[in-house]
Amino acid sequence: MADPKITLEQVLHVAKLARLTLSDEEARQMQAQLDAILGYMEGLDQLDVSDVPPTFHSIPMDAPLRPDVPERCSDRSEILAQAPASEAGGFAVPLVLEIEG
Amino acid sequence: MSDFPWQSAFEIRQQVAAGSVSALEVTRAYLSRAEELNPMLSCFLTIDYEGALASAAQVDRMRGGGEELGPLAGVPIAVKDNLCTRGVRTTCASKILGEYIPPYDAHVVEAVRASGAVILGKTNLDEFAMGSSNENSAFANVRNPWALDRAPGGSSGGSASATAAGLVPLALGSDTGGSVRQPAAFCGITAIKPTYGRVSRYGLVAFASSLDQVGPMARSVREASRLLEVLAGHDRRDATSADRETGAYLAACDRQVKGLRIGVVRDLIDGLQDGDVRAGTEAALSALEKKGAVLVDVSVPHAKHAVSVYYLIATAEASSNLARFDGIRYGLRVPGEDLAETYTRSRAQGFGPEVRRRIMLGTYALSAGYYDAFYLKAQRVRTLIRRDYDTAFERCDVVCTPTTPTPAFALGEKTGDPLEMYLADIFTLPPSLAGVPAVSTPCGLSAAGLPIGLQLVAPPFEEELLCTVAQSVEDECGLLDSHPSALG
Repeated sequence: MADPKITLEQVLHVAKLARLTLSDEEARQMQAQLDAILGYMEGLDQLDVSDVPPTFHSIPMDAPLRPDVPERCSDRSEILAQAPASEAGGFAVPLVLEIEG
Repeated sequence: MSDFPWQSAFEIRQQVAAGSVSALEVTRAYLSRAEELNPMLSCFLTIDYEGALASAAQVDRMRGGGEELGPLAGVPIAVKDNLCTRGVRTTCASKILGEYIPPYDAHVVEAVRASGAVILGKTNLDEFAMGSSNENSAFANVRNPWALDRAPGGSSGGSASATAAGLVPLALGSDTGGSVRQPAAFCGITAIKPTYGRVSRYGLVAFASSLDQVGPMARSVREASRLLEVLAGHDRRDATSADRETGAYLAACDRQVKGLRIGVVRDLIDGLQDGDVRAGTEAALSALEKKGAVLVDVSVPHAKHAVSVYYLIATAEASSNLARFDGIRYGLRVPGEDLAETYTRSRAQGFGPEVRRRIMLGTYALSAGYYDAFYLKAQRVRTLIRRDYDTAFERCDVVCTPTTPTPAFALGEKTGDPLEMYLADIFTLPPSLAGVPAVSTPCGLSAAGLPIGLQLVAPPFEEELLCTVAQSVEDECGLLDSHPSALG
Protein backbone atom coordinates (compact mmCIF):
# COMPACT_ATOMS: atom_id res chain seq x y z
CA MET A 1 0.00 0.00 0.00
CA ALA A 2 1.28 3.48 -0.87
CA ASP A 3 2.29 5.85 1.88
CA PRO A 4 -0.65 7.82 3.22
CA LYS A 5 -0.83 11.48 2.15
CA ILE A 6 -1.59 12.40 5.73
CA THR A 7 -0.89 10.36 8.87
CA LEU A 8 -2.98 10.03 12.00
CA GLU A 9 -0.31 11.98 13.84
CA GLN A 10 -0.57 14.85 11.34
CA VAL A 11 -4.35 14.81 11.65
CA LEU A 12 -4.08 15.26 15.41
CA HIS A 13 -1.52 18.05 14.97
CA VAL A 14 -3.76 19.90 12.48
CA ALA A 15 -6.75 19.47 14.81
CA LYS A 16 -4.72 21.15 17.53
CA LEU A 17 -3.82 24.04 15.21
CA ALA A 18 -7.50 24.43 14.28
CA ARG A 19 -8.64 24.30 17.94
CA LEU A 20 -10.73 21.20 17.32
CA THR A 21 -10.85 17.98 19.28
CA LEU A 22 -11.48 14.62 17.65
CA SER A 23 -12.34 11.34 19.33
CA ASP A 24 -10.18 8.35 18.35
CA GLU A 25 -12.87 7.15 15.97
CA GLU A 26 -13.34 10.63 14.46
CA ALA A 27 -9.60 11.02 14.00
CA ARG A 28 -9.32 7.68 12.18
CA GLN A 29 -12.23 8.57 9.90
CA MET A 30 -10.85 12.06 9.28
CA GLN A 31 -7.47 10.57 8.35
CA ALA A 32 -9.05 8.22 5.81
CA GLN A 33 -11.22 10.94 4.26
CA LEU A 34 -8.48 13.57 4.06
CA ASP A 35 -6.13 10.95 2.64
CA ALA A 36 -8.57 10.20 -0.19
CA ILE A 37 -9.12 13.92 -0.90
CA LEU A 38 -5.40 14.75 -0.86
CA GLY A 39 -4.74 11.71 -3.05
CA TYR A 40 -7.19 13.05 -5.62
CA MET A 41 -5.55 16.49 -5.42
CA GLU A 42 -2.22 14.96 -6.45
CA GLY A 43 -3.58 15.39 -9.98
CA LEU A 44 -2.34 18.98 -9.72
CA ASP A 45 1.21 17.63 -9.83
CA GLN A 46 0.80 17.03 -13.58
CA LEU A 47 1.02 20.79 -14.02
CA ASP A 48 4.23 22.80 -13.89
CA VAL A 49 3.04 26.17 -12.66
CA SER A 50 6.30 27.46 -11.21
CA ASP A 51 6.21 30.40 -13.67
CA VAL A 52 2.50 31.14 -13.28
CA PRO A 53 1.58 33.94 -10.86
CA PRO A 54 -1.03 33.09 -8.23
CA THR A 55 -4.55 34.59 -8.37
CA PHE A 56 -5.54 35.72 -4.91
CA HIS A 57 -8.23 38.07 -6.25
CA SER A 58 -10.14 36.99 -9.33
CA ILE A 59 -11.29 40.53 -10.17
CA PRO A 60 -8.36 42.94 -9.76
CA MET A 61 -9.11 46.11 -7.82
CA ASP A 62 -7.28 48.61 -5.64
CA ALA A 63 -7.86 48.68 -1.90
CA PRO A 64 -10.44 51.44 -1.44
CA LEU A 65 -9.93 54.16 1.15
CA ARG A 66 -12.56 56.22 2.92
CA PRO A 67 -12.16 59.69 4.41
CA ASP A 68 -10.62 59.53 7.89
CA VAL A 69 -13.75 60.73 9.65
CA PRO A 70 -15.08 59.17 12.86
CA GLU A 71 -18.34 57.28 12.45
CA ARG A 72 -20.85 55.87 14.85
CA CYS A 73 -20.32 52.18 15.50
CA SER A 74 -22.85 49.62 16.66
CA ASP A 75 -24.53 49.90 20.03
CA ARG A 76 -22.44 48.18 22.70
CA SER A 77 -25.33 46.71 24.64
CA GLU A 78 -26.79 45.15 21.49
CA ILE A 79 -23.51 43.44 20.75
CA LEU A 80 -22.97 42.26 24.31
CA ALA A 81 -26.50 40.86 24.33
CA GLN A 82 -25.23 38.20 21.88
CA ALA A 83 -22.24 37.22 24.03
CA PRO A 84 -22.38 33.94 25.97
CA ALA A 85 -21.23 35.90 29.04
CA SER A 86 -20.62 39.60 29.64
CA GLU A 87 -19.63 41.65 32.62
CA ALA A 88 -19.04 45.35 33.27
CA GLY A 89 -19.53 46.33 29.63
CA GLY A 90 -17.16 43.69 28.26
CA PHE A 91 -17.01 40.05 27.18
CA ALA A 92 -16.46 37.77 30.16
CA VAL A 93 -13.92 34.99 29.56
CA PRO A 94 -12.35 32.28 31.73
CA LEU A 95 -9.38 33.40 33.79
CA VAL A 96 -6.28 33.75 31.60
CA LEU A 97 -3.65 34.82 34.17
CA GLU A 98 -3.47 34.05 37.87
CA ILE A 99 -3.23 37.32 39.78
CA GLU A 100 -1.30 37.09 43.02
CA GLY A 101 -2.09 39.24 45.88
CA MET B 1 -55.20 36.76 -6.25
CA SER B 2 -55.11 35.03 -9.59
CA ASP B 3 -52.95 31.94 -10.09
CA PHE B 4 -51.87 31.65 -6.44
CA PRO B 5 -49.23 30.45 -5.57
CA TRP B 6 -47.61 30.49 -9.01
CA GLN B 7 -48.06 34.12 -9.97
CA SER B 8 -44.91 36.09 -10.69
CA ALA B 9 -43.35 38.88 -8.64
CA PHE B 10 -44.45 41.27 -11.41
CA GLU B 11 -48.09 40.16 -11.15
CA ILE B 12 -48.08 40.44 -7.36
CA ARG B 13 -46.56 43.90 -7.43
CA GLN B 14 -48.98 45.03 -10.11
CA GLN B 15 -52.00 43.79 -8.15
CA VAL B 16 -50.76 45.36 -4.92
CA ALA B 17 -50.06 48.66 -6.65
CA ALA B 18 -53.47 48.64 -8.33
CA GLY B 19 -55.14 47.88 -5.00
CA SER B 20 -56.88 44.73 -6.26
CA VAL B 21 -55.23 42.89 -3.38
CA SER B 22 -53.43 44.18 -0.29
CA ALA B 23 -49.87 43.28 0.60
CA LEU B 24 -51.23 41.88 3.87
CA GLU B 25 -53.55 39.51 2.02
CA VAL B 26 -50.69 38.33 -0.19
CA THR B 27 -48.41 37.86 2.81
CA ARG B 28 -51.03 35.95 4.82
CA ALA B 29 -51.69 33.62 1.89
CA TYR B 30 -48.01 32.80 1.41
CA LEU B 31 -47.38 32.49 5.16
CA SER B 32 -50.15 29.95 5.46
CA ARG B 33 -48.80 27.99 2.48
CA ALA B 34 -45.33 28.03 4.07
CA GLU B 35 -46.79 26.86 7.37
CA GLU B 36 -48.61 24.03 5.61
CA LEU B 37 -45.73 22.77 3.45
CA ASN B 38 -42.66 23.50 5.56
CA PRO B 39 -43.07 20.39 7.73
CA MET B 40 -42.74 18.35 4.53
CA LEU B 41 -39.99 20.38 2.79
CA SER B 42 -37.99 21.86 5.73
CA CYS B 43 -36.98 24.78 3.54
CA PHE B 44 -37.49 27.43 6.23
CA LEU B 45 -35.52 27.40 9.48
CA THR B 46 -37.43 30.46 10.69
CA ILE B 47 -40.76 31.81 9.47
CA ASP B 48 -40.94 35.44 10.57
CA TYR B 49 -44.71 35.95 10.86
CA GLU B 50 -44.47 39.18 12.81
CA GLY B 51 -41.80 40.80 10.64
CA ALA B 52 -43.52 39.76 7.41
CA LEU B 53 -46.90 41.14 8.46
CA ALA B 54 -45.29 44.40 9.63
CA SER B 55 -43.47 44.83 6.29
CA ALA B 56 -46.68 44.11 4.39
CA ALA B 57 -48.64 46.59 6.49
CA GLN B 58 -45.99 49.19 5.72
CA VAL B 59 -46.43 48.61 1.96
CA ASP B 60 -50.20 48.98 2.33
CA ARG B 61 -49.75 52.20 4.32
CA MET B 62 -47.47 53.61 1.64
CA ARG B 63 -49.98 52.76 -1.05
CA GLY B 64 -52.79 54.28 0.99
CA GLY B 65 -50.75 57.44 1.43
CA GLY B 66 -50.11 57.69 -2.29
CA GLU B 67 -46.36 57.13 -1.92
CA GLU B 68 -44.35 55.64 -4.71
CA LEU B 69 -43.94 51.88 -4.28
CA GLY B 70 -40.66 50.03 -4.73
CA PRO B 71 -40.00 47.61 -7.60
CA LEU B 72 -40.88 44.58 -5.46
CA ALA B 73 -43.60 46.12 -3.29
CA GLY B 74 -45.60 43.43 -1.55
CA VAL B 75 -43.67 40.53 -3.08
CA PRO B 76 -42.82 37.70 -0.64
CA ILE B 77 -39.17 36.71 -0.54
CA ALA B 78 -37.12 34.11 1.35
CA VAL B 79 -33.62 34.87 2.65
CA LYS B 80 -30.90 32.27 3.11
CA ASP B 81 -30.02 31.91 6.76
CA ASN B 82 -26.39 32.99 6.35
CA LEU B 83 -27.49 36.57 5.59
CA CYS B 84 -27.83 38.73 8.67
CA THR B 85 -31.31 40.01 9.49
CA ARG B 86 -31.61 42.53 12.29
CA GLY B 87 -33.59 41.06 15.18
CA VAL B 88 -34.24 37.74 13.41
CA ARG B 89 -32.25 34.62 14.29
CA THR B 90 -29.48 33.89 11.78
CA THR B 91 -28.10 30.39 12.30
CA CYS B 92 -26.09 29.40 9.20
CA ALA B 93 -27.76 26.03 9.95
CA SER B 94 -25.08 25.55 12.61
CA LYS B 95 -25.38 24.73 16.28
CA ILE B 96 -22.63 27.23 16.96
CA LEU B 97 -24.92 30.09 15.83
CA GLY B 98 -28.20 28.42 16.81
CA GLU B 99 -29.45 31.36 18.86
CA TYR B 100 -27.59 34.23 17.19
CA ILE B 101 -29.65 37.39 16.61
CA PRO B 102 -27.74 39.88 14.44
CA PRO B 103 -27.77 43.55 15.47
CA TYR B 104 -27.74 44.62 11.79
CA ASP B 105 -29.08 43.80 8.33
CA ALA B 106 -26.88 42.55 5.50
CA HIS B 107 -26.60 45.00 2.59
CA VAL B 108 -28.77 42.79 0.41
CA VAL B 109 -31.39 42.52 3.15
CA GLU B 110 -31.52 46.33 3.37
CA ALA B 111 -31.82 46.46 -0.43
CA VAL B 112 -34.64 43.92 -0.47
CA ARG B 113 -36.51 45.78 2.28
CA ALA B 114 -36.07 49.09 0.44
CA SER B 115 -37.57 47.51 -2.70
CA GLY B 116 -40.78 46.82 -0.76
CA ALA B 117 -40.35 43.04 -0.77
CA VAL B 118 -41.71 41.19 2.26
CA ILE B 119 -39.24 38.80 3.94
CA LEU B 120 -41.21 35.69 4.95
CA GLY B 121 -38.33 33.98 6.73
CA LYS B 122 -34.89 32.44 6.70
CA THR B 123 -34.09 29.40 4.62
CA ASN B 124 -32.22 26.21 5.39
CA LEU B 125 -28.74 25.53 4.01
CA ASP B 126 -25.74 23.30 4.41
CA GLU B 127 -23.99 24.40 7.59
CA PHE B 128 -22.05 27.60 6.80
CA ALA B 129 -22.96 27.04 3.12
CA MET B 130 -20.62 24.04 2.94
CA GLY B 131 -22.26 21.31 0.92
CA SER B 132 -23.99 20.31 -2.29
CA SER B 133 -27.07 18.51 -1.01
CA ASN B 134 -28.28 20.43 2.05
CA GLU B 135 -27.63 17.29 4.10
CA ASN B 136 -25.11 19.20 6.23
CA SER B 137 -27.74 21.34 7.93
CA ALA B 138 -27.57 20.85 11.70
CA PHE B 139 -31.35 21.15 11.89
CA ALA B 140 -33.27 19.41 9.08
CA ASN B 141 -32.95 17.88 5.61
CA VAL B 142 -34.52 20.01 2.88
CA ARG B 143 -36.58 18.04 0.35
CA ASN B 144 -36.70 18.54 -3.39
CA PRO B 145 -40.32 19.35 -4.33
CA TRP B 146 -39.93 17.46 -7.62
CA ALA B 147 -39.15 14.20 -5.77
CA LEU B 148 -39.08 14.14 -2.00
CA ASP B 149 -36.38 11.47 -1.82
CA ARG B 150 -34.00 13.61 -3.91
CA ALA B 151 -31.54 16.26 -2.74
CA PRO B 152 -32.61 19.86 -3.34
CA GLY B 153 -28.96 20.69 -3.98
CA GLY B 154 -26.82 22.91 -1.85
CA SER B 155 -25.94 24.95 -0.23
CA SER B 156 -28.91 27.26 -0.95
CA GLY B 157 -31.25 24.24 -0.97
CA GLY B 158 -33.89 25.85 1.26
CA SER B 159 -34.17 28.91 -0.97
CA ALA B 160 -34.37 26.74 -4.12
CA SER B 161 -36.94 24.34 -2.67
CA ALA B 162 -39.12 27.17 -1.32
CA THR B 163 -39.11 28.97 -4.68
CA ALA B 164 -39.76 25.83 -6.72
CA ALA B 165 -42.60 24.78 -4.40
CA GLY B 166 -44.39 28.10 -4.69
CA LEU B 167 -43.78 29.14 -1.07
CA VAL B 168 -42.27 32.36 -2.43
CA PRO B 169 -41.71 33.75 -5.93
CA LEU B 170 -38.22 35.02 -5.05
CA ALA B 171 -35.32 34.08 -2.79
CA LEU B 172 -31.81 35.12 -1.91
CA GLY B 173 -29.00 32.60 -1.90
CA SER B 174 -25.24 32.73 -1.71
CA ASP B 175 -22.80 31.07 -4.08
CA THR B 176 -19.19 30.17 -3.29
CA GLY B 177 -18.68 27.25 -5.68
CA GLY B 178 -22.15 26.77 -7.15
CA SER B 179 -24.44 27.20 -4.16
CA VAL B 180 -27.20 29.09 -5.99
CA ARG B 181 -26.73 27.47 -9.40
CA GLN B 182 -26.63 23.80 -8.43
CA PRO B 183 -29.78 23.87 -6.23
CA ALA B 184 -31.50 25.95 -8.93
CA ALA B 185 -30.68 23.21 -11.44
CA PHE B 186 -31.90 20.45 -9.10
CA CYS B 187 -35.16 22.29 -8.28
CA GLY B 188 -35.96 23.63 -11.75
CA ILE B 189 -35.56 27.36 -11.12
CA THR B 190 -33.20 30.14 -12.27
CA ALA B 191 -30.33 31.56 -10.21
CA ILE B 192 -27.60 34.04 -11.04
CA LYS B 193 -24.14 34.12 -9.48
CA PRO B 194 -23.03 37.68 -10.18
CA THR B 195 -19.47 38.75 -10.95
CA TYR B 196 -17.35 38.76 -7.81
CA GLY B 197 -17.81 42.29 -6.41
CA ARG B 198 -21.11 43.03 -8.18
CA VAL B 199 -23.16 42.52 -5.02
CA SER B 200 -22.00 43.56 -1.56
CA ARG B 201 -21.05 40.79 0.86
CA TYR B 202 -21.66 43.02 3.90
CA GLY B 203 -23.63 40.94 6.38
CA LEU B 204 -23.14 37.64 4.51
CA VAL B 205 -21.50 35.28 7.01
CA ALA B 206 -18.11 34.64 5.39
CA PHE B 207 -17.22 31.17 4.09
CA ALA B 208 -14.52 31.77 1.44
CA SER B 209 -14.12 35.51 1.04
CA SER B 210 -12.47 35.52 -2.40
CA LEU B 211 -15.35 33.47 -3.85
CA ASP B 212 -18.57 34.30 -1.94
CA GLN B 213 -21.30 36.19 -3.82
CA VAL B 214 -24.99 36.71 -3.04
CA GLY B 215 -27.31 35.77 -5.90
CA PRO B 216 -30.98 36.04 -6.86
CA MET B 217 -33.19 32.93 -7.25
CA ALA B 218 -36.61 32.84 -8.94
CA ARG B 219 -38.82 30.64 -11.09
CA SER B 220 -38.33 32.85 -14.16
CA VAL B 221 -35.32 34.56 -15.72
CA ARG B 222 -37.14 37.93 -15.71
CA GLU B 223 -37.83 37.78 -11.98
CA ALA B 224 -34.23 36.79 -11.21
CA SER B 225 -33.05 39.65 -13.42
CA ARG B 226 -35.30 42.14 -11.64
CA LEU B 227 -34.05 40.94 -8.26
CA LEU B 228 -30.45 41.30 -9.45
CA GLU B 229 -31.22 44.97 -10.22
CA VAL B 230 -32.29 45.38 -6.59
CA LEU B 231 -29.16 43.68 -5.22
CA ALA B 232 -26.40 45.01 -7.49
CA GLY B 233 -24.39 48.09 -6.76
CA HIS B 234 -21.51 49.55 -4.82
CA ASP B 235 -21.39 49.38 -1.04
CA ARG B 236 -18.39 50.79 0.76
CA ARG B 237 -18.90 48.44 3.71
CA ASP B 238 -17.53 45.63 1.51
CA ALA B 239 -13.96 46.46 0.47
CA THR B 240 -14.27 44.18 -2.57
CA SER B 241 -17.54 45.73 -3.76
CA ALA B 242 -17.10 46.98 -7.35
CA ASP B 243 -17.67 50.69 -7.86
CA ARG B 244 -19.10 50.55 -11.37
CA GLU B 245 -22.35 50.96 -13.28
CA THR B 246 -24.90 48.23 -12.82
CA GLY B 247 -26.87 46.88 -15.77
CA ALA B 248 -30.48 46.99 -16.92
CA TYR B 249 -30.94 43.26 -16.38
CA LEU B 250 -34.69 43.09 -16.86
CA ALA B 251 -34.53 45.01 -20.14
CA ALA B 252 -31.72 42.67 -21.24
CA CYS B 253 -34.23 39.80 -21.16
CA ASP B 254 -36.04 41.34 -24.14
CA ARG B 255 -32.95 41.46 -26.36
CA GLN B 256 -32.46 38.96 -29.16
CA VAL B 257 -29.77 36.29 -29.16
CA LYS B 258 -29.41 36.64 -32.94
CA GLY B 259 -25.74 36.99 -33.78
CA LEU B 260 -24.50 36.21 -30.27
CA ARG B 261 -21.72 33.65 -30.17
CA ILE B 262 -22.38 30.77 -27.76
CA GLY B 263 -19.20 28.97 -26.73
CA VAL B 264 -19.86 25.25 -26.51
CA VAL B 265 -17.46 23.23 -24.37
CA ARG B 266 -17.81 20.30 -26.71
CA ASP B 267 -15.47 17.75 -25.09
CA LEU B 268 -17.20 18.23 -21.79
CA ILE B 269 -20.73 17.87 -23.18
CA ASP B 270 -19.78 14.82 -25.26
CA GLY B 271 -18.19 13.29 -22.17
CA LEU B 272 -21.38 13.46 -20.09
CA GLN B 273 -22.38 10.08 -18.68
CA ASP B 274 -25.97 11.14 -18.10
CA GLY B 275 -27.97 10.92 -21.33
CA ASP B 276 -30.76 13.15 -20.05
CA VAL B 277 -28.40 15.99 -19.15
CA ARG B 278 -26.65 15.65 -22.52
CA ALA B 279 -29.97 15.69 -24.39
CA GLY B 280 -31.24 18.70 -22.41
CA THR B 281 -28.06 20.62 -23.11
CA GLU B 282 -28.15 19.79 -26.82
CA ALA B 283 -31.82 20.80 -27.02
CA ALA B 284 -31.04 24.20 -25.49
CA LEU B 285 -28.13 24.72 -27.88
CA SER B 286 -30.29 23.82 -30.89
CA ALA B 287 -32.96 26.22 -29.69
CA LEU B 288 -30.44 29.04 -29.40
CA GLU B 289 -29.07 28.25 -32.85
CA LYS B 290 -32.58 28.28 -34.29
CA LYS B 291 -33.03 31.77 -32.86
CA GLY B 292 -29.96 32.99 -34.69
CA ALA B 293 -27.19 32.51 -32.13
CA VAL B 294 -23.92 31.17 -33.50
CA LEU B 295 -22.44 28.09 -31.86
CA VAL B 296 -18.65 28.00 -31.62
CA ASP B 297 -16.49 25.34 -30.01
CA VAL B 298 -14.39 26.50 -27.07
CA SER B 299 -12.48 24.71 -24.34
CA VAL B 300 -11.70 25.34 -20.70
CA PRO B 301 -8.81 22.87 -20.52
CA HIS B 302 -7.93 23.43 -16.85
CA ALA B 303 -11.52 23.03 -15.62
CA LYS B 304 -10.70 19.42 -14.83
CA HIS B 305 -8.50 20.67 -11.97
CA ALA B 306 -11.23 22.91 -10.53
CA VAL B 307 -12.30 20.48 -7.80
CA SER B 308 -8.75 20.28 -6.41
CA VAL B 309 -8.15 24.01 -6.71
CA TYR B 310 -11.47 24.99 -5.20
CA TYR B 311 -11.37 22.59 -2.28
CA LEU B 312 -7.89 23.86 -1.34
CA ILE B 313 -8.63 27.59 -1.67
CA ALA B 314 -12.14 27.57 -0.25
CA THR B 315 -11.20 25.42 2.74
CA ALA B 316 -8.09 27.51 3.44
CA GLU B 317 -10.19 30.67 3.50
CA ALA B 318 -12.87 28.93 5.55
CA SER B 319 -10.38 27.74 8.16
CA SER B 320 -9.36 31.35 8.65
CA ASN B 321 -12.88 32.84 8.53
CA LEU B 322 -14.30 30.30 10.95
CA ALA B 323 -11.56 30.98 13.51
CA ARG B 324 -13.87 33.72 14.84
CA PHE B 325 -16.25 31.12 16.24
CA ASP B 326 -14.58 30.53 19.57
CA GLY B 327 -17.40 30.83 22.08
CA ILE B 328 -16.37 34.27 23.31
CA ARG B 329 -18.23 37.08 21.54
CA TYR B 330 -21.31 35.34 20.17
CA GLY B 331 -22.70 31.89 19.59
CA LEU B 332 -22.34 28.69 21.54
CA ARG B 333 -19.92 28.51 24.48
CA VAL B 334 -19.09 25.16 26.05
CA PRO B 335 -16.99 26.05 29.11
CA GLY B 336 -13.69 24.24 29.71
CA GLU B 337 -11.02 24.31 32.40
CA ASP B 338 -9.28 27.26 30.76
CA LEU B 339 -9.62 29.54 27.76
CA ALA B 340 -8.00 27.11 25.30
CA GLU B 341 -10.29 24.31 26.36
CA THR B 342 -13.29 26.62 26.08
CA TYR B 343 -12.32 27.29 22.46
CA THR B 344 -11.87 23.66 21.52
CA ARG B 345 -14.98 22.40 23.30
CA SER B 346 -17.17 25.13 21.80
CA ARG B 347 -15.85 24.44 18.30
CA ALA B 348 -15.92 20.64 18.58
CA GLN B 349 -19.53 20.67 19.76
CA GLY B 350 -20.69 23.63 17.67
CA PHE B 351 -19.44 22.56 14.23
CA GLY B 352 -20.81 19.58 12.31
CA PRO B 353 -18.72 16.94 10.51
CA GLU B 354 -18.41 18.62 7.07
CA VAL B 355 -17.44 21.99 8.56
CA ARG B 356 -14.82 20.30 10.75
CA ARG B 357 -13.51 18.38 7.74
CA ARG B 358 -13.13 21.58 5.72
CA ILE B 359 -11.48 23.46 8.57
CA MET B 360 -9.04 20.56 8.88
CA LEU B 361 -8.27 20.44 5.16
CA GLY B 362 -7.84 24.22 4.98
CA THR B 363 -5.67 24.36 8.08
CA TYR B 364 -3.49 21.60 6.64
CA ALA B 365 -3.18 23.38 3.26
CA LEU B 366 -2.03 26.55 5.00
CA SER B 367 0.24 24.92 7.57
CA ALA B 368 4.01 25.19 7.63
CA GLY B 369 5.63 22.97 5.02
CA TYR B 370 2.45 22.49 2.96
CA TYR B 371 1.54 26.06 1.99
CA ASP B 372 3.61 26.06 -1.23
CA ALA B 373 2.65 22.55 -2.27
CA PHE B 374 -1.08 22.98 -1.76
CA TYR B 375 -2.44 26.49 -1.20
CA LEU B 376 -0.02 28.45 -3.38
CA LYS B 377 -0.09 25.83 -6.10
CA ALA B 378 -3.88 25.96 -6.15
CA GLN B 379 -3.78 29.75 -6.53
CA ARG B 380 -1.40 29.36 -9.50
CA VAL B 381 -3.67 26.83 -11.22
CA ARG B 382 -6.54 29.24 -10.56
CA THR B 383 -4.69 31.67 -12.84
CA LEU B 384 -4.71 29.03 -15.60
CA ILE B 385 -8.48 28.63 -15.23
CA ARG B 386 -8.93 32.41 -15.45
CA ARG B 387 -6.78 32.50 -18.57
CA ASP B 388 -8.87 29.69 -20.11
CA TYR B 389 -11.92 31.95 -19.83
CA ASP B 390 -10.02 34.97 -21.20
CA THR B 391 -9.12 32.88 -24.25
CA ALA B 392 -12.63 31.46 -24.62
CA PHE B 393 -14.19 34.95 -24.47
CA GLU B 394 -12.03 36.07 -27.39
CA ARG B 395 -14.09 33.66 -29.49
CA CYS B 396 -17.53 33.82 -27.90
CA ASP B 397 -19.92 35.98 -25.83
CA VAL B 398 -21.04 33.34 -23.34
CA VAL B 399 -19.73 29.88 -22.47
CA CYS B 400 -22.32 27.12 -22.14
CA THR B 401 -22.17 23.86 -20.15
CA PRO B 402 -24.67 21.91 -18.09
CA THR B 403 -24.91 23.12 -14.48
CA THR B 404 -24.51 19.63 -13.02
CA PRO B 405 -23.35 16.25 -14.38
CA THR B 406 -26.64 14.60 -13.32
CA PRO B 407 -30.14 15.68 -12.26
CA ALA B 408 -30.84 15.70 -8.49
CA PHE B 409 -29.22 12.70 -6.84
CA ALA B 410 -30.94 10.77 -4.05
CA LEU B 411 -30.71 11.93 -0.43
CA GLY B 412 -28.08 9.82 1.29
CA GLU B 413 -26.47 8.79 -2.01
CA LYS B 414 -23.20 10.68 -1.50
CA THR B 415 -23.06 11.38 2.23
CA GLY B 416 -20.65 8.50 2.93
CA ASP B 417 -17.98 9.80 0.56
CA PRO B 418 -17.05 13.50 0.78
CA LEU B 419 -14.89 13.38 -2.35
CA GLU B 420 -17.79 11.96 -4.37
CA MET B 421 -19.91 14.90 -3.21
CA TYR B 422 -17.18 17.41 -4.16
CA LEU B 423 -16.89 15.95 -7.68
CA ALA B 424 -20.56 16.75 -8.33
CA ASP B 425 -19.55 20.47 -8.36
CA ILE B 426 -17.25 20.12 -11.36
CA PHE B 427 -19.16 22.49 -13.69
CA THR B 428 -20.01 25.27 -11.26
CA LEU B 429 -16.54 25.64 -9.72
CA PRO B 430 -14.54 27.05 -12.67
CA PRO B 431 -16.59 30.29 -13.04
CA SER B 432 -16.40 30.84 -9.27
CA LEU B 433 -12.62 30.51 -9.31
CA ALA B 434 -12.40 32.95 -12.24
CA GLY B 435 -14.78 35.42 -10.55
CA VAL B 436 -16.97 35.58 -13.67
CA PRO B 437 -20.78 35.70 -13.62
CA ALA B 438 -22.89 32.63 -14.36
CA VAL B 439 -26.54 31.67 -14.46
CA SER B 440 -28.33 28.34 -14.19
CA THR B 441 -31.69 28.09 -15.90
CA PRO B 442 -33.88 25.04 -16.58
CA CYS B 443 -33.63 23.42 -20.03
CA GLY B 444 -35.96 20.47 -19.66
CA LEU B 445 -36.87 17.42 -17.60
CA SER B 446 -35.19 14.04 -17.40
CA ALA B 447 -37.04 10.83 -18.24
CA ALA B 448 -37.73 10.48 -14.51
CA GLY B 449 -39.27 13.96 -14.44
CA LEU B 450 -36.37 15.76 -12.74
CA PRO B 451 -35.27 19.25 -13.85
CA ILE B 452 -32.08 19.75 -15.85
CA GLY B 453 -30.11 23.00 -15.55
CA LEU B 454 -28.10 24.81 -18.21
CA GLN B 455 -25.19 26.97 -17.10
CA LEU B 456 -24.18 30.10 -19.02
CA VAL B 457 -21.00 31.99 -18.15
CA ALA B 458 -20.13 35.56 -19.24
CA PRO B 459 -17.09 37.85 -18.97
CA PRO B 460 -16.74 39.95 -15.78
CA PHE B 461 -19.65 42.40 -15.24
CA GLU B 462 -21.52 41.19 -18.35
CA GLU B 463 -24.53 39.84 -16.44
CA GLU B 464 -26.85 41.41 -19.05
CA LEU B 465 -25.63 38.86 -21.59
CA LEU B 466 -26.62 36.07 -19.21
CA CYS B 467 -30.12 37.51 -18.88
CA THR B 468 -30.52 37.76 -22.65
CA VAL B 469 -29.40 34.23 -23.42
CA ALA B 470 -31.10 32.61 -20.40
CA GLN B 471 -34.40 34.24 -21.39
CA SER B 472 -34.17 32.65 -24.85
CA VAL B 473 -33.48 29.27 -23.27
CA GLU B 474 -36.49 29.73 -20.99
CA ASP B 475 -38.71 30.71 -23.93
CA GLU B 476 -37.78 27.57 -25.86
CA CYS B 477 -37.22 24.87 -23.22
CA GLY B 478 -38.06 26.33 -19.79
CA LEU B 479 -40.26 24.81 -17.10
CA LEU B 480 -42.54 27.75 -16.31
CA ASP B 481 -45.65 25.78 -17.18
CA SER B 482 -44.80 22.66 -15.20
CA HIS B 483 -44.95 22.60 -11.44
CA PRO B 484 -43.25 20.15 -9.06
CA SER B 485 -45.09 16.86 -9.07
CA ALA B 486 -44.33 15.81 -5.47
CA LEU B 487 -46.56 18.51 -3.98
CA GLY B 488 -49.71 16.55 -4.79
